Amino acid sequence: MLRYILRRLSLMVVLLFGVSIMVFAISHMVPSNPAAANLSQTALNDPEIVAAYEAKWGLDKPLYEQYFIYMENLLKGDMGTSIRTGRPVMDDLKQYFPATLELSIFAMIFAIVLGILSGVLSAVFQNKPIDQVLRTVSVSGVSLPSFWFALVVMSFFCGTLKWFPSGGRIDPRLFNPTGGTGLYVIDAIAWGEWGMLKDSLAHIVLPALVLGFFTMGLITRQTRSNLLETMSMDYIRTARAKGMKESRVVWGHALNNALIPVITVAGMGFCNLLGGMVFVEKIFSWPGIGQYAYLSATTLDFPAICGVSLLIAVTYVVVNLLIDILYGVIDPRIRYQ
Amino acid sequence: MEKLLEVKNLNVDFVNRDDTVRVISNLSFSLGKSEVLGIVGESGSGKSVTSLSIMRLLNEASARVRGTISFGGTDLLTLSEREMQAVRGNQIAMIFQEPMTSLNPIQTCGRQIMEPLLLHNQISKKEAADKALRLLELCGIPDAKNRFHEYPHQMSGGMRQRVMIAIALACSPKLLIADEPTTALDVTIQAQILELMKDIRKKNDMSIIMITHDLGIISDFCDRVLIMYTGEIFEAATVKQLFRDPLHPYTQGLLQALPRISRQTDRLEAIEGMVPDAGQMPKGCHFHPRCKYAQERCKKERPELKELPDGRCVRCFRV
Repeated sequence: MLRYILRRLSLMVVLLFGVSIMVFAISHMVPSNPAAANLSQTALNDPEIVAAYEAKWGLDKPLYEQYFIYMENLLKGDMGTSIRTGRPVMDDLKQYFPATLELSIFAMIFAIVLGILSGVLSAVFQNKPIDQVLRTVSVSGVSLPSFWFALVVMSFFCGTLKWFPSGGRIDPRLFNPTGGTGLYVIDAIAWGEWGMLKDSLAHIVLPALVLGFFTMGLITRQTRSNLLETMSMDYIRTARAKGMKESRVVWGHALNNALIPVITVAGMGFCNLLGGMVFVEKIFSWPGIGQYAYLSATTLDFPAICGVSLLIAVTYVVVNLLIDILYGVIDPRIRYQ
Repeated sequence: MEKLLEVKNLNVDFVNRDDTVRVISNLSFSLGKSEVLGIVGESGSGKSVTSLSIMRLLNEASARVRGTISFGGTDLLTLSEREMQAVRGNQIAMIFQEPMTSLNPIQTCGRQIMEPLLLHNQISKKEAADKALRLLELCGIPDAKNRFHEYPHQMSGGMRQRVMIAIALACSPKLLIADEPTTALDVTIQAQILELMKDIRKKNDMSIIMITHDLGIISDFCDRVLIMYTGEIFEAATVKQLFRDPLHPYTQGLLQALPRISRQTDRLEAIEGMVPDAGQMPKGCHFHPRCKYAQERCKKERPELKELPDGRCVRCFRV
C-alpha cells in the first residue's frame, strides 16, 4: 500500500513537468502583450520603458530560455515574482490557497452529506413525491449555470432575507485573524473564538452551497441509481432473509456497496468544483485562488498563471490518489498489492 | 407426525400496472417436524415463489399473497413486518441458489455469519465470533480461523455455499428452506454440499424444504415430494411411492427424462413442448398440450387434486 502511494506520488513529478510545459506553451502562444496589459498608455509610448519592463521580467528572452529559468528557480522552491502584485508567487498562493481550500472543503461536505442523504431517500421512496422533489433538485443542481444560481441565491438570502453577509470571508471590522492554518473556521475553533466562528460560518454558507450544488446533484443521482441497482442484488435478499430491519439492510449492506461508483463521481465533482471556483469567488468576493487566477489571467501575469496551474494540478493528483485509496478501504476486491 | 408448517390455499398474484398474473394457485401442503420435503418443478413452476412466500420476501408492492401459512401454530401472513423479522433467519432460514452473488462482497465471511447471531440473540460480539467460527468448522471449512477473516471473492463457489449454510444454521432454525442449493455448483462439490446437509440434518433436529429440479437429489435426500407445474401441485407422494410408481403423466415424463447408465440411447428423452407463460395458461389441465394421454375432457376441465387411499395426491383425470 505504502509503495503504491509512493509510486503514485513519484508519477506526480512527471505530471507536473508536463503541466508546466503545457501552461508555459499555451499562455505564450496566445497573441498577447504583457507590457500593454500592465503599463500605462504614456509608458507604452516610450520604447525604453517597454524594453526595460520586458528585460525586468525576462520577457525579451526566447521562450525556451524563459522556461529553463522558470524551472531552475522552481526546483529551488522559487515560483517567481508576480508581475501584477510584485510579490513572490509562493507568498500569494500561501495567502489565497487556504481560503479556497476552506471553501471547497465546505462545498464538498455539503455536496457529499446532502447528496448521499437525498440519494438514499430518493431510492428508498422510489417514485413517491419525495423522490420527485429530490430528483428535481438534483437535476437543477446539474443543469443550472452556477453564475446565475449564485446571483439568485445572493439576491434572495442576502438582499431579500438579509440572513447572510453578501461577500468576503469574515467581517474585517470585527476580526483580523492572522497566523494559524488560514482556515478561519478551524482557527476559530482552535482559538475558542466563538464570535469569529459564527461570523466565518455565516460568510461561508452561501458560497459553499452554490459551489457544491452541482456536485451534490451528481452525487444524488449516482447514489439513487446505484442504490436501486444494489437493492436488487442477491446479497440484499440474503440480508433480509437474516431477519434484518429494512433500514439496516439499506445502511448496512446496500449503501456501502452502492457508494463505490459514487466516490468516483465525488472526485470528478471536486475537480469540477475547482473550475467553478473562479465564478463563485468572484461573485462572493471570496479572496481565494479563483479570484487570484482570474486577475492573473487578465493581466497576463505569467509566473502567477503557472503557479496557480501547478497548484491545481497537484490538488487534482492528490484528490485522485485519495479516491483510489478510499476504493481500497471500501471494497476489498480492489485492495492494492 | 406433528406438523411444523401448514400451507393452505396459498395464492400468489404478481400485479403490475396493466394486469395481474397468478403464479401460485391454491397450493396446500404440510411439513412435519424433522421431515424433509422436496419440491420439484421446471423453471417457472413456482417453487421459488412458494419458498419466498413462506419467508415473506416477495416485494409486497408487486406480489399479492393470499391464504394461510401456519408455522408452529401462527399464520405468518398475519404477522407484522417486525414480528416477521424475528422469525426470519431465526426460526426459518434460507439458502439460496447463487452462492457467487448471495454473499455481501465487501464484508468478511465471519462478519456475515455473526450477523444473524447478533440480531436474534442477546450475546456479545466475542461470543458471536466464537459461535460463527464453530459454525464454519461444522460446515467443513478447512482452516476456519483464517477463512473467518476472508472476503467472499477469496473463496470458491463450494466454500461460499458452505458459508451460506453456516449463516442459515446460525440460529438453529426449526425450518430450513434450501432453494436449489447445489444447482450452481459442479458435480463433485454438489455431492459434498449434500453430504454436509445430510450430516447437519442428523445433528440438528430440523425440517427442511429442498427445492430442486434434480430428481437425483430428491431420491437421495427427501422423505416426501411435491411435483409442481405452473404454480400447482401435480403430484404429492413419498419418495418411495413416487419413484416406484409415478401416477401423473408429467411425473412419469420427468422420471423418463433421467438418463440411465443401463439404457443405451442416442437421444435423451424429453417432455415435448415448453412450460406455458404465466400470462397465457391453457384452458383445462395446464399440462394437456404436452401430455401424450390428453383427451377432450382435459382441454376443457381443470382436474382437482385427488387424494388416494394410500395418502398420495394426484391432479389428473386418469387416476
